[in-house]
Amino acid sequence: MAQMNMIQALNSAMNLMMARDPDVIIIGQDVGYFGGVFRATDGLQRQYGEHRVIDAPIAEGGIVGSAIGMGVNGLRPIVEIQFADYIYPGYDQLASELAKLRYRTAGDFFSPLTIRTPCGGGIRGGQTHSQSPEGIFTHVAGLKVVMPSNPYDAKGMLITAIEDDDPVIFFEPKRIYNGPFDGDPDKPAVPWSSHPKGEVPEEYYTIPLGRAEITREGSDLTVLCYGTMVHVCEAAAKAAEVDAEIVDLRSMVPLDVDTIRSSVEKTGRCVIAHEATRFSGFGAELAATVQEECFYSLEAPILRVTGWDTPYPHAFEWEYFPGQARLIAAFEKVLEAA
Amino acid sequence: MSRRPRLHIPHPPARPGEDPDFSYVEISPAGSVARPDPTARLRDIERSLAFEMIRVLDDNNVATGPWDPLLDPADLQIGLRHMLTTRLFDERMQRMQRQGRISFYMKSLGEEAVSVAQCMALEPSDMLFPSYRNQGLQITRGRNLVDLMCQCLSNSADMCKGRQMPIMYHWARGNIFSISGNLTTQFPQAVGWAMAAAIKGEDDIASAWIGEGASAEADFHHAMTFASVYKPPVILNIVNNQWAISTFQGFAGGENRPFAARGPGYGFPGVRVDGNDFLAVYAVTRWAAERARRGVGATLIEHVTYRADAHSTSDDPSRYRPKEEWKAWPLGDPVERLKNHMIAEGYWSEAEHEALIAELIEHVSECWEEALTYGTMTDGPQLDKNELFEDVFKDMPRHLIDQREQLRALEDD
Repeated sequence: MAQMNMIQALNSAMNLMMARDPDVIIIGQDVGYFGGVFRATDGLQRQYGEHRVIDAPIAEGGIVGSAIGMGVNGLRPIVEIQFADYIYPGYDQLASELAKLRYRTAGDFFSPLTIRTPCGGGIRGGQTHSQSPEGIFTHVAGLKVVMPSNPYDAKGMLITAIEDDDPVIFFEPKRIYNGPFDGDPDKPAVPWSSHPKGEVPEEYYTIPLGRAEITREGSDLTVLCYGTMVHVCEAAAKAAEVDAEIVDLRSMVPLDVDTIRSSVEKTGRCVIAHEATRFSGFGAELAATVQEECFYSLEAPILRVTGWDTPYPHAFEWEYFPGQARLIAAFEKVLEAA
Repeated sequence: MSRRPRLHIPHPPARPGEDPDFSYVEISPAGSVARPDPTARLRDIERSLAFEMIRVLDDNNVATGPWDPLLDPADLQIGLRHMLTTRLFDERMQRMQRQGRISFYMKSLGEEAVSVAQCMALEPSDMLFPSYRNQGLQITRGRNLVDLMCQCLSNSADMCKGRQMPIMYHWARGNIFSISGNLTTQFPQAVGWAMAAAIKGEDDIASAWIGEGASAEADFHHAMTFASVYKPPVILNIVNNQWAISTFQGFAGGENRPFAARGPGYGFPGVRVDGNDFLAVYAVTRWAAERARRGVGATLIEHVTYRADAHSTSDDPSRYRPKEEWKAWPLGDPVERLKNHMIAEGYWSEAEHEALIAELIEHVSECWEEALTYGTMTDGPQLDKNELFEDVFKDMPRHLIDQREQLRALEDD
């Protein structure tokens, strides 16, 4: 099987889908001739032409708005928003138009967009290249919101997202484009070739949206996480010698409540981790869900380990980032509780 | 002259109690603007098209000049019928709102030509992206009035299944897109639709409408930029009806230049047209559509017209503008102008006009009676409450199935 990093896996997914379906097109800033600032669309314009891999003006609202119209006219656009931090000018088109179109027309119109956007911190990107805005999309009825944590999932989930007739916001944790990251910036970088999920088939395969994956089975406590934090949580559990069950949610909408419930019913303890800020973050939804579904199994309060409620800083990135030390403290706290 | 910066707050020429004053509306004589070839260089044509006003009907109701579309009398009768149907439908629905039968309504009084003439000048397979005052598009494309009424009633036959306020129609089979309450969103969408048509090598074009007030939205500029960059087959219409609820067109930047002049700023023609002149709207649409179909690119059209009635049934324009303003509007009434032209040409008579009005009033009444058989907001057949959860996604996810069950459980109690 081939070794791929996450960029190569995403590129492979788009390449396959463009070959299979002439209606699949790509539009975004720098995606064409250059192949994208993170190289995700490298080579695709050469292969499929300027009419299918389209460089766009710097106008996220216009990119999303025009892509909606293309989708209404039968195309299946993949939109790249260069950084998730830049997605807000497109928010009205995403939240009020794309998300609601099928509903407001009783199914007569829809636009099957996939919005790819790199998110998350750990790259010294400061407040405009590090954000994790998934929670403001999970709050919008009508959008699917997903975030893979490895190359294998990234390819299979992206193919599913492209084929999905519903709009999918596809967050890509850019800190792990090139390799898994355990939260320690001082360690040498690890490539995906050293990780089992860096083995990615060249051919077509899909991973359904809405199914979590247990990446580590355990009995002491359940950790709910996604994206980069999956690897940070795994490392923290190992360092703390805690028998944690790590649940990689992969998809926030739809949410795999069954996997969450069965894990927390088994362990009785739950820690939720995400890079995004805490207040009204997606972790709050997870905590409420666990409380509603598993209250009588819980042996300790649910804890959240998240980014602080500040803008993402440049200088104090590793104080901000919810790294291993904070996770280990949370693990100890939920295990201490009666 | 002041030596300090000062904030300019635009003021309309007249407020309630003052005499209407439309001296700011610059009007060219009918027939005075040249009609360039649709492939002409922008720099050669931009000034006259954007700053003059294209008019065909003169003050004596005679069609004149190079923009006269030379329509058959039968087409003029069809146009008049669609405009009158729109007006009488609007009157009836406004009355039904006042009686509490529907929650809300928006008339297009005085602006009927903008929708009807342009729609007649396009092909049925062209995709239309309307704003909320374009009901004339639905009527011109042959929509059954019962369908529109059922939408306003949110009844069992509502095309939107009760999910949108009145007048937020759509018609997939008729190639008319869904109306959004968020303004200007349809502008970049129409551009994208047209980009897709070009990508697929299809001949259909897109046309979109916004009001002049909504041209201040970022999406206007997104649409113009993308139209400039990719030259897709699209017509972008600004309906300058002078008023955006209570703010006059100066609050969208209309004091300084015509809205049409924004087209050349982006690199494609802007055409300023007498929006109450059925023939002129038809003619400029044909010109813009030819540009689109021949691959030349986009056209911006500013339709100069007047919003003769309130913004909506929730609005009271006597609070912010003179009551008699419409009577002073220098471009008149599109229905009267076409009617008088047809009478002057011998295609039409007062008696035929009166008979047509009577026929259409009867038709609207029959449609209303039929619409009521599908239910009202309170009586008769009702929408299925389970539909509340349908169409959020193509297939219903687990959390919505659960929520539907919760609602059902309440119903069963």
